[in-house]
Amino acid sequence: MTQSHNDRSQDFGQALPGIIKRSLFTVAIAAIIFVPTLLLRTQASQATNTLFILYRWEFFAIGCAFILLWRVIYEIRAWQNAHGPRKVSARPQAQENRFAPYVGPVLLIAAILMPFMPFTDRYILDIGILIITYVMLGWGLQIVVGLAGLLDLGYVAFYAVGAYSYALLAEHFGFGFWICLPLAGVFAATWGVILGFPVLRLRGDYLAIVTLAFGEIIRVVLLNWRDFTGGSNGLSNIPRPSFFGIPFSQGPDGFAATFGLEFSSLQRMGFLYFLILALALLTFYISSRLRKLPMGRAWEALREDEIACRSLGLNTINTKLSAFAIGAMFGGFAGSFFAAKQAFISPESFNFMESATILAIVVLGGMSSQLGVVFSSIAMVGGIEALRQLQFLKAIFGNDFDPSSLRLLFFGLAMVIVMLWRPRGFVSSRVPTVFFREKKSVGSSMISQGRG
Amino acid sequence: MTRPLLEIRGVETFYGHNQALHGVDLDVREGEIVTMIGANGAGKSTLMMTICGVNKATRGSIHFDGKPIHLIPPHEIIRLGISLSPEGRRIFPRMTVFENLQLGTAAIGPAHFDEDVQKIFALFPILERRQSQRAGTLSGGEQQMLAIGRALMGRPRLLLLDEPSLGLAPLIARQIFDTLRELNKSQGLTVFLVEQNANHALKLAAKGHVLVNGRITLSGTGEELLTHPDVKAAYLGGGAH
Repeated sequence: MTQSHNDRSQDFGQALPGIIKRSLFTVAIAAIIFVPTLLLRTQASQATNTLFILYRWEFFAIGCAFILLWRVIYEIRAWQNAHGPRKVSARPQAQENRFAPYVGPVLLIAAILMPFMPFTDRYILDIGILIITYVMLGWGLQIVVGLAGLLDLGYVAFYAVGAYSYALLAEHFGFGFWICLPLAGVFAATWGVILGFPVLRLRGDYLAIVTLAFGEIIRVVLLNWRDFTGGSNGLSNIPRPSFFGIPFSQGPDGFAATFGLEFSSLQRMGFLYFLILALALLTFYISSRLRKLPMGRAWEALREDEIACRSLGLNTINTKLSAFAIGAMFGGFAGSFFAAKQAFISPESFNFMESATILAIVVLGGMSSQLGVVFSSIAMVGGIEALRQLQFLKAIFGNDFDPSSLRLLFFGLAMVIVMLWRPRGFVSSRVPTVFFREKKSVGSSMISQGRG
Repeated sequence: MTRPLLEIRGVETFYGHNQALHGVDLDVREGEIVTMIGANGAGKSTLMMTICGVNKATRGSIHFDGKPIHLIPPHEIIRLGISLSPEGRRIFPRMTVFENLQLGTAAIGPAHFDEDVQKIFALFPILERRQSQRAGTLSGGEQQMLAIGRALMGRPRLLLLDEPSLGLAPLIARQIFDTLRELNKSQGLTVFLVEQNANHALKLAAKGHVLVNGRITLSGTGEELLTHPDVKAAYLGGGAH
């Protein structure tokens, strides 16, 4: 043993000059790139009305150090892969973490308890609502992208349809939130089918382009159909949802008075929080049930091989349309919640960046893992918010430094890192939806569902 | 004589402007094994896809059990009792063996699922052992067994097999052909088989046809074709005496 250990350290000693050489070379190249990008900055001087160059050595040094560190880690890992003990590739079952079954319930309990925590203020509740909204949208899009394998870049269109249908129904007909919620889902699902029909024969890149266009068309229509949608001014004064008929107002009929509480605007926030949590859980419940039904398996089969599906007699038209419609429906629910929460909507909120974020959440989370979507929403939405909190960085970079301006940089960096290390997303293993014999307790119930 | 189970008359199929089938006539009678041999690009798979309705016949007619099927969509054709094990197997690689078998019932519904899956496991015991494994991790032969098993889950009266021996070791291919013979004998399953492996296929089949550039050029019993000089020369590699 010691013999081989000595051999290994000797090997590493031999490899070391090469590693140092390559690392320094990498840093040198990085330094050349960093000179114009990080080091030099032109600044206009107000007083003398001239341009002068600002040398930002601290940025430059941090950039180079970062690259050096990355390269050294990379080299060591590469050396380990080449010389280290051969890794026995473990079977996926063996890798499965034994805590895995508890992660979901623990997160759920944490989500339920969160609003009652002493440290919870309006800001934290707001972020919580935002994260859960994205979780819900992620779960909705996951049906289309992750299960049915139809790359949809215009998912935000359904979010917009849901939001505008609530806003317009409330404005013109005076409908309340609880009537509009299912209607918004129905409208969005209808639009899902309307989108689905022309793209039935498309797959992959072509489908992505058409859905991207669809998302933009909806936004542009909302922007230009001024007398109906208010154009870029949007729609305001959208009624807030009530607690099953009891409004969150200060008057004697209000929520606080009815339940003998002291009035606080946080009550409405808390209610909205639980509302979106309930909607998200509904999405989770329905989509995880659908996975286990023949419909869900048909979606997955469609993702795997469309020709095989057709030769097996699967109705691919219905399968695709149902995926679009159900995915869109959840987008519509989330949209009407968004309108109710904001009380103001405009086409600005439904741009391509939203679609991209939701898609990134699904892809980063692992195409077919529902838990993965939760993690990636927390990371993406919560992480970007957390950047705002990094005010201490101002002590290093000076007062002009705004950490949230770096969010897109981090966004991209995070995505590259995840794709390098977990190319199939945070939670990449696909759990079979049916078993036979081996897991009998699960098996029999699943099979009987399969007959549903 | 009664009407054949599958009756193909003058079928022409196009890919865009390219004509793949030039008027194919073919009968498959109940309880028979019929094979069609032909080189790459002769139109064998196109004929299979046309029977299933995945490709549409531009001209001609296809009748199954007396019903015209050339105008109806694939999922309705399959429901009438035709199953296809497609070329290249096309199992669902990321789904388990069991889920693959379950998808075989997509057209007919899961009413007989438990009973049928036991039959498949009896036919291919290896599939039972591999049932919760992802189908993509199976060997080629196992995948072919899965593809046939999946097709049989649809309770076909007519089983269409598109090159079941493709890419398989000779021993495994023989095993699969033996299973087909067995199925035909014991259950009277009608099989229409398309093959490049002419030797195996013609030994198995009662009737054979040779497809060249979208036309049937030769027909006969399996034995007749096996000894036919043209077939020997072109497909059995023993042409030069």
